Parts: sequence; structure tokens; C-alpha cells
Amino acid sequence: MTAAATHRKAEDENKKNGSVVVKMEHLKKSFGNNRVLRNIDLAIHKGENLVILGKSGTGKSVLIKCIVGLVDYDEGKLEILGEDVAELKEKALGELRKKIGFLFQSGALYDSMSVRENLEFPLRRQSHSISKEQMDSLVKEALQNVGLSDAIDRAPSALSGGMRKRLGLARTLILKPEIMLYDEPTTGLDPITSKEISGLILEIQNKYDTSSVIITHDIECAKLTANRIIVLKDGTFAAEGTYSELEKSADAWVRSFFE
Amino acid sequence: MENVLLQHPENEIQETAELSESTSESPADSVFHKFFLEVSSITMFTLRFFKEVLKPPYEFKELMNQSFQIGYKSLPLVAITGFIIGLVLTIQSRPTLAKFGAVSWLPGMVAVSLVREIGPVICALIFAGKVGSGIGAELASMNVTEQIDAMQVSGTNPFKYLVVTRVLSSTLMLPLLAVFADAVGLLGSFVGVNLNGHVSAFLFSSQIFQSLDFRDLFPAFIKTFFFGFAIGLVGSYKGYYSNKGTEGVGKAANSAVVFASLMVFIIDMIAVQMTSLFQN
Ligand SMILES: Nc1ncnc2c1ncn2[C@@H]1O[C@H](COP(=O)(O)OP(=O)(O)OP(=O)(O)O)[C@@H](O)[C@H]1O
Ligand SMILES: [Mg+2]
Repeated sequence: MTAAATHRKAEDENKKNGSVVVKMEHLKKSFGNNRVLRNIDLAIHKGENLVILGKSGTGKSVLIKCIVGLVDYDEGKLEILGEDVAELKEKALGELRKKIGFLFQSGALYDSMSVRENLEFPLRRQSHSISKEQMDSLVKEALQNVGLSDAIDRAPSALSGGMRKRLGLARTLILKPEIMLYDEPTTGLDPITSKEISGLILEIQNKYDTSSVIITHDIECAKLTANRIIVLKDGTFAAEGTYSELEKSADAWVRSFFE
Repeated sequence: MENVLLQHPENEIQETAELSESTSESPADSVFHKFFLEVSSITMFTLRFFKEVLKPPYEFKELMNQSFQIGYKSLPLVAITGFIIGLVLTIQSRPTLAKFGAVSWLPGMVAVSLVREIGPVICALIFAGKVGSGIGAELASMNVTEQIDAMQVSGTNPFKYLVVTRVLSSTLMLPLLAVFADAVGLLGSFVGVNLNGHVSAFLFSSQIFQSLDFRDLFPAFIKTFFFGFAIGLVGSYKGYYSNKGTEGVGKAANSAVVFASLMVFIIDMIAVQMTSLFQN
């Protein structure tokens, strides 16, 4: 084992012992007869990168949408930053959601606004007292972080797929969330851009000590970013462990993700 | 439960449709069922509008922006249509009046039908075609590309920001556009009158003011608020709850126009009944 890998392993162990930021107990969600999440128990620790793997349509997106409140779960318990979501009033829930960033599978850029306005929108909405200068510098910083400084006055429709993903990331990060949820951050990108995005995810983790959930089909991305990996199958977790553990899993189905 | 229904009426509809299939009800039942689900969800959508419109914070800036988009940008279309309608109506009515030797009534008669009925209704239909479908398509494409979800996640109430502002501005803008359409229509009529013979602007306008009174103007003006409200609401509803998928956008725009136009006629019929009730 190389020195870097040993270091990484020690880090993984370390993250496991951090405080819990998101906790799910017996979470269930169905759409009509389609039982998507059957029994989910999950704890996400402070500062860790948790990767979720699973076949298409198994409910990975639904799972993280439950965390951010875009989907209402049917049964079970969900705690975020120590607060039970079911017991919160609308306003407190709104405050809590502000601490969660969500990168959409499609980027979800506002296409009636320019790149700059896309970034200004969440800032304006969150604090009405922010000054023009403050906003300008935050926008510039966010674009610099993802390497998009030149695109500031373009329309989102004039950006490439990778640029859109990065802009989506910048828009989410501009609010400095404590918890980041990435829905397939590298899907549809070339290997080099994918690697860049993975690098960004790691950088965010190190810089802000963000706790993240990363949904991906891209095993390279999982390898680079994950402290811990969970495999979702039939609405429950089929396996859990670090990359090197799952890669050698006794279960051939689990191993097949790593080939 | 109420919340779930508000968020995903389509799912509810699909689920119930599935259920009714499994219990082997007749197709008519399921169509019936679907219709009532649609009615109940649009009612709930309307109630939610009234709840959110009163609750601060108010999206004043976006309201202004939307009013500009919806109102100002419809001016040319409304002007052209209004002018042509006024002109054509005048030319078409002349022979009939001439038969009775009543050509001098032409300006007055055209003014009454224009201001009472044709101006507001044509304007509302044009508005439904342009603005109703525009709102439907815009919100549907925002829904498909998860922009509405993104708004919610970034701490903005998308219903308030997108729906309330659009419904309010179409409610406020259509009456103004209808008044404008009436005015341009009368101008068209003036041109029409002068195509055969000569009527001075002074004579024309004094004939119009003689034949119009407050009881013509007021109900016609009031009903345009309802037209505007219905068009904005239907467009928003169809867009906000569109199916996720590209075909959802086209469907939302299309059914927004059809349904909004139908609403215009229904409201117009009710308005006419009400006015004649009060005037007798
Ligand atoms: N709003 C919804 N209404 C009805 N069914 C839904 C809804 N959202 C998701 N589903 C269903 O839930 C299941 C899981 O969907 P989800 O989007 O979570 O899959 P996923 O694991 O993210 O797949 P992918 O990797 O393709 O993104 C699917 O069968 C889908 O049809
Ligand atoms: Mg997904």
C-alpha cells in the first residue's frame, strides 16, 4: 500500500468517528405501487464524502431529494443537523434547507438569466441586505473556483455540458452549504472534465469541511472522492464499505460495479 | 396529504387511474374520476394562490418585471388586432345599416359592440394565445429542467415567485390592454367610416360618446380582470404541474390555450347574464 493510500485510509477512519449531520431511520417512500425506498438507515458524518452507487431507477435521486425536502418521505425518521425534520415548522425548515446545497443531475440552470444572474439569484434571495460590491466579489470568487471566469456575461444556453455542471456547482457553493448533495456530478462528461469535477468535490471537502453525498455511476469519481461507499439495491442498502473493501466484496453483484 | 396532492396532482391522478384499472371499473368511470381530480387540484391551486398572495414577503420586483413582459410586449399584437377588428366590423356593418337607411348610426353601433363585447373578448383570446401559452410553456420547461426544484432548494418559494407574480400581472395587464384595444378599434372604425364618404373626427367621436354610457363601459371593464385572472391561473397551473418530459412542455402550452380560451367564453357568458340581471 502506498503512503498516500495509507493516509487516505486513516482519513476515512477519522471521518467515520465525526459527529452525525444527517441521520435516517427506517425511511420509506413509495410512488403509488412503486416502493422506491423500503427501509433506509443511514448516518452521514461531519466532513465525510459518502458515495451512493446503484442501478438506474433504484431511488438514489429520491433518497437525496428526501434529505433536501423536494420529496416528502412516507414513514421513518429524518434528522438533519440534530433536528427532526417532521417536527419543524415551515420557516425553520426553510432555514435548515439553506444549509444544504444540491447539485441537480441536469444542472437546473435558470435559462432566462445570464451566468452572473444565476449566481446572484440565490445570494439575493438569502439576504436582502447584501451590497452590490459584496455580491460582485462573491460571484467572481465562485466563478474562479470552478474556472468559469470568462463566461460571466454569457447565457447558460451558450455553455457546454461540462461548463453547465460547473456553473451549477458554483451556484450551489456560493451559499457555503454545510451539507452538499451531488446528483451524478460527472455523468455525460469526458474523463478529463470528470476528473476536474472530482477534484473540485475533494477541494470543497477540504476547504470547507463539507459533508457530502455523491451519487454517481462513474467509478473513477467514486474512487477519487469517496471516504465511504454504499450500494443501493431494491430500496435498501446492499453493501457498505470503503472503495478497497467493496472492490474485493464477496458478493459478485457488488463487485460488478467496480469492473 | 393535502400537501402531497398539491405537489403531485399528476401522480395522484396516475395512481388513481391505476387503481381503478385494477378494480376493473369501466373506462367512463376513470375519465369521470380524472375530471374530478383535475377540478379538485385546480381548485386547490387557486386556493393556494389566494393564500400565498396575501402572505409576505411580496415579490414586488418580479411582479413589475412580469407586468412588463406580459403587458408591454403584447401591445403591438393587441393594437394590430384591435385596429383590424374595428375596421372590418365597420365595413361589414355598413350594407346592413344602409338597407334601413341608418348609416349615420354606424359609429355608435360599432362602438357599442366593440366596447361591450368584441374588444374585451378578442383581446382576451389573443392574450390567452400569447400569454397563457407563454406562461404554460415557460413554467413547464422550468419544471422539466428542475429549475423550479432548484429555486425551492435555494430558499425561494417558487409558487410565490413564479405563479403569484404571473397571475397577478396578467390580471392587472389584460384590462389595460383591453382598453387600449377598444381605443385602437375605434380608430380602425373611424378609418372604416371614412373609406366610403366623409365623417369628421369630431362628429365621429360625438356619436360614439352619445351611444356609450357608463353601464356599457363598467361591466365590460370589470370582466376583463376575470379574463386576465383565469388566463394567468390556467397557464400557470398547466405549466407548474406539467409532466416531466419534453412532450410535457408542448402539452402544457397547448392545453393552457385551449382551456384558457374556453374559460374566457364561460366567464363572458356569466358576466353577460349578471349585467343584464342588474340592469333590469
Ligand atoms: N416524482 C415522482 N413521481 C413518481 N415516481 C417517481 C418520482 N420520482 C421518482 N420516481 C420513481 O422512483 C424510482 C427511482 O427514481 P430515481 O430518480 O431516484 O432513480 P435513480 O436511482 O436516481 O436513477 P438514475 O440513476 O437513472 O438517476 C423510479 O422508478 C421513478 O420512476
Ligand atoms: Mg437520479
